[in-house]
Amino acid sequence: MDDLNAAAPAFPMRRCPFAPPPEYAEIRENEGLSRVTMPDGSLAWIATRYDDVRAILGDSRFSTVPSTPGYPFIAPARAALLKNEFPPTIIRMDSPEHTKYRRMLSKEFMVHHIEAMRPELQQTVDTLLDEFIAKGSPADLFEDFALTVPTTVISRMLGVPYEDRDFFQERSKAKLDLTADPEVPIRAGAEMREYLDRLITEKMVHPGNRSDLISRLVMSQVVPGHMTREEALATIELLLMGGHETTANMIALGTLSLLTNPDQKDALVADPSLVRNTVEEMLRFHTIVHYNGPRVALEDVEVAGTLIKKGEGVLALITAANRDPKAFAEPDKFDIRRPALHHVAFSYGVHQCLGQPLARAELQIVFSTLFQRLPTLRLAVPVEEIKFRYDAFVYGVDTLPVEW
Amino acid sequence: MRIKVDATKCIGAGLCVVAAPEVFSQNEDDGLVIVLQEYPPQHLHEACREAARLCPALVISFDE
Repeated sequence: MDDLNAAAPAFPMRRCPFAPPPEYAEIRENEGLSRVTMPDGSLAWIATRYDDVRAILGDSRFSTVPSTPGYPFIAPARAALLKNEFPPTIIRMDSPEHTKYRRMLSKEFMVHHIEAMRPELQQTVDTLLDEFIAKGSPADLFEDFALTVPTTVISRMLGVPYEDRDFFQERSKAKLDLTADPEVPIRAGAEMREYLDRLITEKMVHPGNRSDLISRLVMSQVVPGHMTREEALATIELLLMGGHETTANMIALGTLSLLTNPDQKDALVADPSLVRNTVEEMLRFHTIVHYNGPRVALEDVEVAGTLIKKGEGVLALITAANRDPKAFAEPDKFDIRRPALHHVAFSYGVHQCLGQPLARAELQIVFSTLFQRLPTLRLAVPVEEIKFRYDAFVYGVDTLPVEW
Repeated sequence: MRIKVDATKCIGAGLCVVAAPEVFSQNEDDGLVIVLQEYPPQHLHEACREAARLCPALVISFDE
């Protein structure tokens, strides 16, 4: 028994503020794939190398459906939530079902549509930054800027009233808390879907000019019967949560990276064309969705010489892949000039992030505006005092105290 | 270099448009890949290879 435990350490392992758990590097240098013990006592594999992580995430022989026997649950709260999720969101469907629903959404987030939104996004960022500055120094950059930008953007895009942000931000946070009592995320999810159900009814009664995504989805997919109302609810909930929680945490952590690397911040201010690559490096370096990609093998599959048997769970760790020295030289260094576009922070394979063009546009606009407007922006507390969200499904900070 | 795409596998992530906007675009109706230049000029070949490497659904290939 001791031997088994020694061979299969407990998962999840705790990350450092600016690095994945140190165990990942050890495993990557040795066998690449390793057995771990999940919180429920079951065994699963973790993959740590860039090539292996991409191979697994790109392989349809690995399922994302949580009801498949052997699916690895990273926390009891997560198991309770995913086992009770009906209908499932598209990230927990396999092809061809997944393909059908993804295609109903893909045009909404296509690069040209998002690029056309840039002037409006810039205006939103400018206005929210004005409000942030008007409140005065010192301030909490997370709550009063990092969170307000994506929340405003996704609310407007979906057609969800911005006044309801406290409601959906709280439900979203509760749903993604890995340490919560299992009842908490289930209740938060149910409340969110009830809220969105009322919103859909309202939009059907008053279709207006259909300029928002929810109205378009309802009129073009639900009304003609391509998608059930419940499936639409699951989809909208995913877009609402995915659209603000992730980008908010990236804005906060990206700001922190530039504040703690002032030479790179100065370089970015001096040469705004660096912003695209800066954003890719931030995404790579922080990889905030740390437990993305639980999968279970639908048949025996060999990955880099290791046999993963049918019914065995696998966690393809994008946090580890994004620090693989074979894919990124000196991976633990934050370097806004390195080639980083091939990172897997948005995952890889058919489930790769649908909203990535929007996330990129928001982050690029934020980081080409923030330090131009607030050149003296600095941390108001030592880095050691910042509280990081180790126990959230999406990594980030609780607050980011700054002054200028 | 001749570009080949299998749009049936495309998921509309748009990374090809980020890597090589002169060569790849997305269909207005469904967001899926369309090829603007089937035979891209030499100076765009590396960008096309980058697009193929980035594509999460392995949709892009070449005849060289």
